[in-house]
Amino acid sequence: MLTLKSVQAGYGRLPVLKGISLHVRAGEVVTLIGGNGAGKSTTLRAISGLLPIWRGSVEFNGLNLARLTPEKVVAQGLALVPEGRRVFATLSVNANLELGAFHRHDKKQVRRDLEEVKERFPILRDRAHQAAGTLSGGEQQILAIGRALMARPKLLMLDEPSMGLAPRMVAQVYAILRKLKADGTTILLVEQNARAALKLADRGYVIETGRIILQGPAAELQEDPEMQRAYLGKGYREVWE
Amino acid sequence: MSIYDPEAEQADRGELSQIQLERLQATLHRVYKNVKFYKKRFDALGFLPEDCQSLEDLSRLPFTTRHDLAASYPYEMFAVPLREVVRIHSSTGSPGNPIVMGYTCRDLRHWAKLAARVITAAGVDRDDVVQVTLSYGLLTSAFGLHYGVELLGASVIPTGPGSTARQVQIMRDYRTTVLVSTPGYALVIADMLDEMGVDAKNLHLKVGMFAGEPWTEDMRREIEARLFLTAADNYALSEAMGPGVAGECQHRAGMHINEDHFFPEIINPRTGELLPAGELGELVLTTISREATPLVRFRTGDLTRLDYAPCPCGRTLARMSRIAGRCDEVVVVKGIAIFPERVGQIIKGFSGDEPVYQLVITREGPVDKLAIKVEVRESLFFDKMTLQRELVHKLTQRLTQGIGVQPQVKLVEPNSITREQETSPLVIDLRQ
Repeated sequence: MLTLKSVQAGYGRLPVLKGISLHVRAGEVVTLIGGNGAGKSTTLRAISGLLPIWRGSVEFNGLNLARLTPEKVVAQGLALVPEGRRVFATLSVNANLELGAFHRHDKKQVRRDLEEVKERFPILRDRAHQAAGTLSGGEQQILAIGRALMARPKLLMLDEPSMGLAPRMVAQVYAILRKLKADGTTILLVEQNARAALKLADRGYVIETGRIILQGPAAELQEDPEMQRAYLGKGYREVWE
Repeated sequence: MSIYDPEAEQADRGELSQIQLERLQATLHRVYKNVKFYKKRFDALGFLPEDCQSLEDLSRLPFTTRHDLAASYPYEMFAVPLREVVRIHSSTGSPGNPIVMGYTCRDLRHWAKLAARVITAAGVDRDDVVQVTLSYGLLTSAFGLHYGVELLGASVIPTGPGSTARQVQIMRDYRTTVLVSTPGYALVIADMLDEMGVDAKNLHLKVGMFAGEPWTEDMRREIEARLFLTAADNYALSEAMGPGVAGECQHRAGMHINEDHFFPEIINPRTGELLPAGELGELVLTTISREATPLVRFRTGDLTRLDYAPCPCGRTLARMSRIAGRCDEVVVVKGIAIFPERVGQIIKGFSGDEPVYQLVITREGPVDKLAIKVEVRESLFFDKMTLQRELVHKLTQRLTQGIGVQPQVKLVEPNSITREQETSPLVIDLRQ
């Protein structure tokens, strides 16, 4: 479904992605794990068209995304749940959800989808008319996911959905992701929380300073010391050197 | 016939090349970061791992040879800390030092899986009883297939080599259905059956998996006729992993290479140039999933050709033809690769001066015999016969330890070994 081949991208003249190759098949949950500044969010931005690609290619269902504007990328069926939620704080929950379908013209279906999303996430129904800014962090995350689903995406991309959430809320967000997975939603999940992400995902990639250094089935990566080393950081490596 | 891992073995070629690219890039990043040998090599070329943007870019990198691996003795080629290595194998058949291979937990898991693919392709299933007569020890063959059989869910009898009469007894009484051995040993077993008056038809053998030494279609026919089984070829390379690199399916049109773990290239062994698919040349392998001891463009020394056409069995993995020979000085005797140079080093270490010697390999019945002729020098000569015999005995022992095969040492007169007009002056191989 989604195929990245040797993607290089960066900010200004600073290269961040140094040739990223990865793929996501339909119905799969794939996670991209890495520490701070490894290039996880940059990868999602490059896929979404928010950041120009210097070299390499991004293909989605056979279509090259490299030259599409972010709106056109969304129209292809890719939806991004950005890091830190980014809900419109002053707008109501309902209005936020409707914005997720901004590019759609099938008004009736949009209304039905709105009901469905609220069905799926009852908390959003309860708070439908509340300003999004008054929601807790976890609730905002659920709203951001609901908003992305309103675009009827073929591929849902999530940027660190567990970031800054209390453990109880992380569990709640992941319960939602598990449900989405069970429904067959294709997901590309970027995470620092490797444990949670690998538990959910079918496959994973480990990114370090803009390079993929490890990939494979999530179950294998979970036990991989190299993966753990990427997390435990410097102290662990010194033992080796 | 079933396929062990249809998703991988029948993958669309486009998807396969994406997976190969992803794994290759990750491998290059890791070896550059963790293995000094590769970092130096890449730096000398001004090559950064990110310069590998396509599978074709791999051909810009230099080859890794057995000499390189031996020079990295023992752990210089390891790309992970030793604490993450759970198994160590080594081969004796290298010039100088042995070659040491490490395996992480994940490497072992992959190994078993890939061996299971090869075993399944040969026609083995979980109802089979598999007798492994290969040597368990530092060498990889027995272990790789052993774990593959277990993963598949078949029963394994780890007899190891030797005690042929007992092997036959086990084969008959335990109702072995699959024999794993070297082709030569399969014929030794056939001889033993004759000797013991056991009719192979009354055994339960179904499949034989043979590897470890060069064999021919004639040998295959003989083994099949005498043991009443289907003989399958498979390709094992201990430096890359062991068995599980490639194996034949029932169509016998070459061995399917597990390309999602080993990226194959064929080169002209003299110039190092890449050859197009279908041409005979030296097989070069890059391991794209190995963690402990990854190899980049390893020259196997084996001559073969690749066929990328789809196989009637449904597998999309490329097939390599039966090994047509070797393009380096290495000779394989009883399944063990021997560097003739190494023999010279051992003799020199024993006698103290530069020896003149020659390896002569013959086949007596189905068994390989190695004779080493050494020209007599003062350092190797005693007037007393007993002392002289003792000396030959000691040299034989030293050589056996060093190369892994017991040779027959013959002292010959000075200047009696002529090396002119020989393609491989150190070696005379009379097996074909």
